Amino acid sequence: MFQPRYSNWAAGEAANPLIPHTAELIVGFVAFSLLFLVLRAKVVPLFEKAFAERTDAIAGGIERAEKAQREAEIALQKYTSQLKDAQGEAQKIREDARVQGAAIIEDLRTKATEEATRISAAATAAIEAERQQAITSLRNEVGALATELAGKIVGEALDDQVRQSRIVDRFIADLEKSK
Amino acid sequence: MGVQLAAEEGFKPPSTADFNLPPVFGDNPFTTKPVFLVFFSVILISTFFIVSARKALIVPSKLQFAGESIYGFVRNDLARDVIGHEFMRFVPYLFTLFTFILTNNLFGIIPFLQFPTMSRVSFPYVLAIFTFVIFHYVAIKHKGLMPYLKEIMFMPGVPKPVYILLTPIEVATYFIVRPLTLSLRLFANMFAGHLLLLVFILGGEHLLQGVIGLKLVSPFAFAFGIGLTFFEFMVQCLQAYIFTLLTALYIAGALADEH
Repeated sequence: MFQPRYSNWAAGEAANPLIPHTAELIVGFVAFSLLFLVLRAKVVPLFEKAFAERTDAIAGGIERAEKAQREAEIALQKYTSQLKDAQGEAQKIREDARVQGAAIIEDLRTKATEEATRISAAATAAIEAERQQAITSLRNEVGALATELAGKIVGEALDDQVRQSRIVDRFIADLEKSK
Repeated sequence: MGVQLAAEEGFKPPSTADFNLPPVFGDNPFTTKPVFLVFFSVILISTFFIVSARKALIVPSKLQFAGESIYGFVRNDLARDVIGHEFMRFVPYLFTLFTFILTNNLFGIIPFLQFPTMSRVSFPYVLAIFTFVIFHYVAIKHKGLMPYLKEIMFMPGVPKPVYILLTPIEVATYFIVRPLTLSLRLFANMFAGHLLLLVFILGGEHLLQGVIGLKLVSPFAFAFGIGLTFFEFMVQCLQAYIFTLLTALYIAGALADEH
């Protein structure tokens, strides 16, 4: 009914549990080496591959996201700077237009003033010339008329040119004085 | 008959002879239970990890995750953290060491197998010899034979007279103490643990054959045996971890430039 728990197999040899068995040493060596070779060839590389792929998948994803973000930032900066440039340019164009407009107005005003001055001067000169002409002609005509009249009245010929001229001048001076 | 036998002979406490199991086939010493268990462990570990790693998916299945967790533990927490940047060369060895010791230890509490292979001292000896050869080989290759021996025998920065004490201690540490403690620690833990379980379980069985009073005490012995089984589980895992950790530390020491 109850089996003996142990036999006396190699009892003498087994008295000391610290003494190794040759057969077990060989088995241990062979079995462990076998397991080592199998695990090194068939298990470690595959697990390493899975680890590497996983790391790559995670790190690669993060890297891609970072790259996309960097690109978006660069694009944003580009657009912002472009917008700023455009605004600056518009401002500059407006400023230029204002300055140009003012210059044009100033220019036109100057030209108009010059023209006016020129016309006015020409008119003045013409008037003066005509006045001089009128004065001269009037003086001659009036002189001749007056002389003729006076000659007729006094009966005396006043042919002497010098005297005639003196009389006329005096007459006219009197005229102006009486005015 | 058994009851009579037990009654006549009295309780025979478990002894070292309980670990000396006879060959299954005749007198062939290669057919003992420990030998079968060792080969079984090799098949078990290989099959589990090959199936687990076969697909090597980025998003692992449950099986792959289980295998990867164990592999990752040895690779990252033992090899990488202890050895440093050259760790990858030693991962296959440390991984084999850890799974081999763990599986064979756990055989001690797995129903029907119930024998820790590492309680046969030959197996820890073999593993310690592997580690011994590897860490010395790595050190000699890394530092050169003479500088390595000089480093062991004449530790730098020590006053000369101290060498009288220090040199024998250091030499003994590197060439005798390290492999011996490595193997004996594992062996003794498994041996003592199994013996303890035997005491309580065989004792409980013996009490069951006694008079009615002793029969009533017997469940306590069994309960204690079950409690100790859980304790043994912890010890078995711990010893596998310690053996692997110390191997990694010795390799790290062999690669370290400063003493």
